[in-house]
Amino acid sequence: MKNDIHPFQVVLYEGKGASAWDKAERLSVTATLLDKGYSVKRITENVANESTSPVSDAYPVLILGEFNEAAPDVFDGSGKLEITTRDTADLDSDGILELVATVRGEKDAGLNQPGEKGAWKPWFPVIDYDRCTNCMQCLSFCLFDVYGVDDEKEIQVQNNDNCKTNCPACSRVCPEVAIMFPKYTSGPINGEPVKEEDVARESMKVDITSLLGGDIYSSLKTRSEKAKSRFSKERSPDKALTERKKCLTKLQQSGIIPAEVLAELDLSTLPSPDEIQRKAEEMAKLMGES
Amino acid sequence: MSDTPSKILYCRCAFAKVVPDGVKTEVLDGLCESGKSFESVADLCEMAARKDPRIQTLLDESGTTRIAACYPRAVKWLFHQAEAPFPSDDQVEVINMREEKAPDILEKLLKS
Ligand code: SF4
Ligand code: SF4
Repeated sequence: MKNDIHPFQVVLYEGKGASAWDKAERLSVTATLLDKGYSVKRITENVANESTSPVSDAYPVLILGEFNEAAPDVFDGSGKLEITTRDTADLDSDGILELVATVRGEKDAGLNQPGEKGAWKPWFPVIDYDRCTNCMQCLSFCLFDVYGVDDEKEIQVQNNDNCKTNCPACSRVCPEVAIMFPKYTSGPINGEPVKEEDVARESMKVDITSLLGGDIYSSLKTRSEKAKSRFSKERSPDKALTERKKCLTKLQQSGIIPAEVLAELDLSTLPSPDEIQRKAEEMAKLMGES
Repeated sequence: MSDTPSKILYCRCAFAKVVPDGVKTEVLDGLCESGKSFESVADLCEMAARKDPRIQTLLDESGTTRIAACYPRAVKWLFHQAEAPFPSDDQVEVINMREEKAPDILEKLLKS
């Protein structure tokens, strides 16, 4: 769904050649636009504040103002921004909001609107690289391929769309307390400074790797024949599913994954034993090369 | 960091209720009243996840930026993940609307 979203920038212009907006209108228009998912930039006379950074991509910009003369034509020197100007002098707050929606429609700029049906809630892990030791526990744990590695084999969040909304489980797997979910309610997962007792608590992890159908993580580390044969036995789909159910119950009891998230998990959509094996092989390759 | 920020950024956190409503409204009100230019975004997390190209323009590469959002550690690494890392920690001040009171946040954002 994120492919349907296109940046669209609104500018409230109160600088040279335009009048200041009515106080109440300025606040209500800005707040409403933000709550609908728009980005809003306010420009005043005080443009010492303005320093421009190069724009990497093209997107439409709508400049709203109570212009002293006709709304000026504005062009972007880089040729990347498609700028539209509109005079708002005769419009009330509702009229301005309608105007913004109309221009956005004309520009075909899809918006991710908070609270709307089908909106994508941004829920995904953020790695604190000051703490991360690149141990790959998160990669091996996540069933939904949220994590991957870059060319330098450094862990990174690659598929944040795949992350299960409100599930902070991987942050509890990280031995370094390096994984944050900024929208989580409590610390240190929400980004609060990490305390010593947080680190101590995280070292008492449940055996979550068994969720992948066996202790794959350590079996890959040792690459013992015994572990390999145990893994191959678990390739029976029924057995793997039962095993996963058992582990999910354990996780639920441990409080690591919220009950409502577990309730939403469709076990049949969890990775098949083949996918688990593919992931395990990828891990083995990574660990062998590092 | 220098006392005169070249940029002020406000995050509305529109997809979650983690920043108290009263605080974010009072801060936005104060910014609107201030007569200063500022940038505001619906939800930095959402923009970072999409790697929205505008995120590259939110920080001042050569000057300073003050950001009203949430925990500094989260915001710093969110920008990093969106391939728009802080130019240096000294150049960016993150003010936490989850923990601080609106008058204190405004004072930090607007001081010159
Ligand atoms: S589990 Fe934590 S320390 Fe290990 S790679 Fe993942 S984020 Fe880094
Ligand atoms: S950066 Fe913080 S304040 Fe902004 S949207 Fe994310 S969680 Fe909310």
